[in-house]
Formats: sequence, C-alpha cells, structure tokens
Amino acid sequence: MNVNLIEIMSLPFMQRALLGALITGLIAPSLGIYLVQRRMSLIGDGIGHIALTGVGVGLLTGTSPVLTAIIVSALGAVAVELIRERGRTSGDIALAILFYGGIAGGVFLVGLAPGKGSANLTSYLFGSLLTTSATDLTTIAILGGCVLAVTVGLRPWLFAICQDEEYAKVSGLPVRALNLLLAVMTAVTVTVAMRSVGLLLVSALMVVPVAAAQLVSRGFGGTMTLAMLGGVISAGAGIGVSAGYDTAPGATIVLAAIALFILVAAVGTALRRRRRADTGPAAVCEPPECVLDS
Amino acid sequence: MNPPVLEIRHGAVAYDRPVLRDVNLTVRSGEVVAVLGANGSGKSTMIRAGLGLVPLAEGQVELFGAPLRRFRDWQRIGYVPQRLGAGGGVPATVGEVVSSGRLARRGFPGLLRAGDRQAVARALAAVDLTDRTHDPVASLSGGQQQRTLIARALAGEPDLLVLDEPTAGVDAKSQEAFAQALRDFVRHGGTVLLVAHELGPLQPIITRAVVVHDGVIAHDGAVPHPAGHHAEPGHDHVHPHAPQDPPSIWGRE
Repeated sequence: MNVNLIEIMSLPFMQRALLGALITGLIAPSLGIYLVQRRMSLIGDGIGHIALTGVGVGLLTGTSPVLTAIIVSALGAVAVELIRERGRTSGDIALAILFYGGIAGGVFLVGLAPGKGSANLTSYLFGSLLTTSATDLTTIAILGGCVLAVTVGLRPWLFAICQDEEYAKVSGLPVRALNLLLAVMTAVTVTVAMRSVGLLLVSALMVVPVAAAQLVSRGFGGTMTLAMLGGVISAGAGIGVSAGYDTAPGATIVLAAIALFILVAAVGTALRRRRRADTGPAAVCEPPECVLDS
Repeated sequence: MNPPVLEIRHGAVAYDRPVLRDVNLTVRSGEVVAVLGANGSGKSTMIRAGLGLVPLAEGQVELFGAPLRRFRDWQRIGYVPQRLGAGGGVPATVGEVVSSGRLARRGFPGLLRAGDRQAVARALAAVDLTDRTHDPVASLSGGQQQRTLIARALAGEPDLLVLDEPTAGVDAKSQEAFAQALRDFVRHGGTVLLVAHELGPLQPIITRAVVVHDGVIAHDGAVPHPAGHHAEPGHDHVHPHAPQDPPSIWGRE
C-alpha cells in the first residue's frame, strides 16, 4: 500500500487536494480557538449552514459560489454577532431560524439552478477536495492568508475581547469592530473549509484540534500553536488515509482530528496519573470562598 | 483642589426598574474613595456607569476632564472587575492575562517590548505572583485570581484604579498582598475608586467614603463606623453571592 500511496500522491490533483487540506487544517483552529474561548464552538456550524444559501445564489446566478458564499455567510456572521451583542434569550430562537433558514434556502436555490443535481449539493456539504483546481487553490491560499493575518497578527486584541470583553472596552480597544472582524473571518474560514471538509463538517476542524490542544497546554499561545499543528496533522493524515482506502477526504480528516483528540486525552491522562504517583496527592486546600453571615 | 479624574453628574441608570437616580460623584486626583453599600444598592452599577460599561439613561460622565464619548486616554485607567471573566475552556497563563493590561499603551499589537515586559514583571511582583507567571489562571485560588486581575490593571501603569469589590471572598493572605499593592500605588500618586462591601486592611488608606443606598448617594465624606455586630473585631463580613448564570450557547450575557 505504501508504494501505492506514493504513486497516488504524485498525481497533481492529489497534491492540490493535500495542499488545500493542509491550509484548511492550519487556519481553521487558529480562528476556532477564539470561538471556543467565547463558548461559541457551534457557531462555525451555523455559519456553514448560512453559507449554503450563498452557494445556492452563486449556482443560480452563474457567479462563483465561493464569492457568494463568503458574502452571504459574512452577512450571517455579522447578524449572529449583533444577536450575541444584545445577549437576549430570544436570540437563541433567532439563531435557530437563521441557521435552518440558511440551509433550507441553500437546498431550495440549488434545486432551482439549471442542471445542478444533488451530487453538486453533496460536494458543498461534505467537501470535494479531489476536484480542487489550481485556481481554487490560489483562492484558498489568499483567503487563508487573510484569516491567518487576523487570527495570529491581532492575537493580543482578539484574546482580550474573548477573555474579558468589558476589560477590553476599558482598555480602549475597538471592541465592536474587532467582534465584527472576527465574525467576518469566521465566514471566510467556513468558505475556505467548504472545499476540503464541507459546510457540515467545517466546525469540527475549528473546534476539535483546539479541544485536543487545551488538554495538554497551559497558556493561550501554546494552545493556539498546538491546535494549528494538530489541524495540519489531521489534514495530512486524513488525506493519506483517504487516498489509501478511497474514502471521502473531508470525513476522513475530521475522523483523524477526533482520533488525535482521543490519543492526546489518553496520553495526557496517563502522564498526569504517573506525575501524581511520583509527587503524591496534591495537598493544596482552597480557602473558603465565603463565610455565611448568620 | 486637585483636578477631577472621574465625574458623574446627575447620573441615572435604569434596567427594568431604576437602579441609580440623580447620582453626583466627583473623584479628584490623589483621592482614595471607597463606595460602600448593601448588595443591590447600585454601587457597582455606579462605577460601571462611570467607565461607560453601563449606559446612562440621564446625566453625564467625564473622565480626566473629557466627556466619556470623546475620552481616548484609556491607558490612564486600570479597571479591576469583580471576577475573572467566565472565559471558555481555553487556558491562559497568569502572564498572558496580565500582559493584556498593556494593550491600552501598545497601540497596534505586535510583540511585547522590553518596557512592556518590565511593567508586567513589576505588576506581578507587586501582587506577589511572580512565581505563578507561567501557570494557568484556572489553577489559581479565588484570591490569587483576583490578584491577577489587579496585576493586569497595574501593568498598564494607570493614574486611576477602579476596582469592583476587589476583596469579596478573598483569603487573608491575598487581602494583605492586595492592600500592600494598593498602598504602593497610592504612595506614587495614584487615585483609587473602589467598591467594597467591607474595608478590612484597606481602611487606613481610604480618604473618603461614599455610601450608596437604594440608588442614591446617602453619605459622602468620612468613613462611617460600622454598626452593631459588624463592628466586632474579627467580624468577617462576607456575603455569599448569587451564582453566576451559566453561559448560553453563544456566549456570556
């Protein structure tokens, strides 16, 4: 199978697929870490739903589905951010309507588009790495670069607004603009990942590597680096396995990420157990938080 | 008289019901003002309104002589919230949290410069947490987390420290470390506005007390003497606070 794999990987379309997957694996966790920090892990999934309407608009009007997906999902992400900012309970329902409206609208519009069957829909929902063209790859690289510039370049600001939004406000940061920027970058990441893992699985690549990284890391910077590394490893391993066994690349990448998470969890637990056995039980006693005033 | 650093004029705040009514507060440079009052009296709301975190229904706020809307000198203010934001599961080290105290001074974020790193180190030393710099904040006790937040505010080298119940539920060692850090800050000319439930070791440095009761300022002047069993030596007056609402799926409210 080894020779077979090398042969397969020497095919240009496989190389493009690998490169596209690696870029996605690198950028998705770099953005996802902020969503996880905000406890908005599932937002990526919702934005993915909304992006499908963008795809439908693109197919129907004959424009690039990537472009329309970015526009529609960015609008959706901004709407989600405005709902979050107001922080009302009714926002929960508003999000549900937005997300399911997005996916239903997408399916509806794709059906209206001339000569587009369900196979096409599937390729957006679950990815279609193997059909990545050179142009697609350029688009992925440029958009990925934009996302990285924001998520890595503005890390101190984004860390501050996700860690403690009020403190960031009193520090004079442009909190609202940064929140909207983060929302738009979420939409761009979703669109980039649409090609590799598909709109229904994009959230996994944003969240699972972060979840794995924070099992072993102590700080935010360390978590981010490890998560990006984990994303790249998952993408590479996923493509390798899918080439060897002829499975769907997107789903295989996500399964690889989950396998990595389980592996890290198991190794981390074993290490902690051994460390505890070496040093004996921790004797730190928390002081009482409060004394009842009776 | 020293110039005012924070001024609320005829401030009113209402959520579903009025929380503050026609509040007037002036804090001048060099003062150490304690805002006292029962739970729900509106004392936290008052200082949060003073920082623009709570919108005023009526009235004006001025910071360092500038109307709130036009105020840009945020590096002059160090804010210490009641508790560390709920945050997600992503760990952050004490050093990372304290470093964000430099943001108001740094402009466009790049790498920390030497001056930033020194300020962070000084702030950590001031609250006696230097040896915990690389530990995740989640592994710290409540009092140590509170000291982390004070270090974050001190790292920005502000002129005015605004603290929201900094000693609520904090162990004695942390209270002492905190009082010492505050004494140093005041000795170097800093101004302090703090909301407190009880003053404890802070009492000697307080220059003025403002008592908020039922949304209005009921007293503004000398520190009032505690009454009844509150006055007993060793009385540890700490109320249990209402549990925080669990965050909803799209974040904290």
